[in-house]
Amino acid sequence: MSVQAMIDEWYPVGIAAQLDAAGRNTMLMGEPIVVAKDANGQAKVTGGNGRLLPVKMRYGHVWTSLGEPKKDLFPIPEADQPGRRFVDVGVVRVRCSPLRAVENFLDVAHFPFVHTDILGAEPHTEVQNYKVEIREDVDEVWATQVKFYQPQAAKSASGGITTEYMYRVAAPTCTVLYKTCPPRPSEWDVITLFVQPLTEELCDVWPWMALFDDETSMTDLIHFQQTIFLQDRSILENQIPRLLPLDPGMEIPTRADLTSIAYRRWLKRHNYTYGAQLVAQ
Amino acid sequence: MKLYDYILSPSCYKVRLMAALTGVKLDLRPVDFHPGLEHRSPELLALNPAGSIPILEEGDLILTESSAILVYLAAQAAPEWLAGTKPEEAARVQQWLSFSGRLTANLGGARLHEMLLRPGDIGALQAQGIAALRELEAGLVEQNLRGERFLAADRPTVADIACFPYVALAPDGGVSLDPYPAIRLWSRALRSLDGFIEMPGIHRLHELKAEPTVEESKA
Repeated sequence: MSVQAMIDEWYPVGIAAQLDAAGRNTMLMGEPIVVAKDANGQAKVTGGNGRLLPVKMRYGHVWTSLGEPKKDLFPIPEADQPGRRFVDVGVVRVRCSPLRAVENFLDVAHFPFVHTDILGAEPHTEVQNYKVEIREDVDEVWATQVKFYQPQAAKSASGGITTEYMYRVAAPTCTVLYKTCPPRPSEWDVITLFVQPLTEELCDVWPWMALFDDETSMTDLIHFQQTIFLQDRSILENQIPRLLPLDPGMEIPTRADLTSIAYRRWLKRHNYTYGAQLVAQ
Repeated sequence: MKLYDYILSPSCYKVRLMAALTGVKLDLRPVDFHPGLEHRSPELLALNPAGSIPILEEGDLILTESSAILVYLAAQAAPEWLAGTKPEEAARVQQWLSFSGRLTANLGGARLHEMLLRPGDIGALQAQGIAALRELEAGLVEQNLRGERFLAADRPTVADIACFPYVALAPDGGVSLDPYPAIRLWSRALRSLDGFIEMPGIHRLHELKAEPTVEESKA
């Protein structure tokens, strides 16, 4: 385990719209922090020893870092696109490694079994071939040309469609998913998973979405995504070992796991190991 | 019949499940419980000053207690889900309906704390939840000894539906169900009922493969 390599990254620590003066006591990588609104209405994040931490307000959330971020927060250009609706899905705590929460989000093969009749259904279980790369220019993991048959791909979908996905790991605990937008085929719906690492085996997950959907109520959009994520939660809490294994000795991946393998390699390369198991036990 | 509903609420799920099992059609009105806290909005507080969901509305009738809603649905559509005429059975149904309120407080409280960061003394909630599960396990074992598979009879009643969701979701609050074989069998019996519906965290039973044909031995 090493905190150091991940300490300069940005992490989500709250919903911007829910900031208040009283503040929220939470944790970031084992350090107690307080997320509050100051006298001027600005977000203020205080670290364990009372020091002020850097703050950004972006994508509906408050972001901070325990170290000195060398990069700006990763871009999501769709967040500035007119006509999209932005959905703060709300925090869900999961007793799992923050890295496992991200890895599960990258997996397509579990759809028919965990999200039955929504994101997948038997017998349509095949994960067709897709492309994965670590993009050196932006230092991100990307999976493209992912296709999957889905009975109800989105709240706005009526009936089954073959959905196309792109997955992107933009930071060690943040991932962005682009998927077919049923009402507007030329655009992608954007669904993110922002993960706040509390400890190596506990995280707060802040899903956020930027969708084209003028029909569905905000509450229905929130509930659709909460349904999906809460189906994942019980699986995540039962994964063993609790830390994400980076030692290839323990597991035999299949082709469907290409994204996961690239993510793990990328983590290892950068020494992003908070929440990882380095040597198989 | 309008149900003010939250997809992750076990108490709302009781109503959806009962309606599905008895063929009642509900008009669902989603409530942004999390993160929006809509159940404490003026509109909903006017319906239910307790600030809780589910709320069932039909004409002049407003029901805010899930057990009462279960009884209302059953009385309308499927009276066999209510207690029969035997005094013990009637009493057992009431016993477990009341008991289900404890499950909401302890296992439900632990789940809200562990999952949606609601305040609470997690150690006490989990300890009370475990005590309640042990009581339920003992009750089910005694029922099995009487030759009855469900909480109050050999058929499912509103009492089973009242207790099932918070029990099945105990692991969400960090309380394991591993030590309770009678509860697991009971859960399986409920999940195999015709018309059963799931909610996030409560999975449907996997379809069982057909029994293999075993040739009779000639030996």
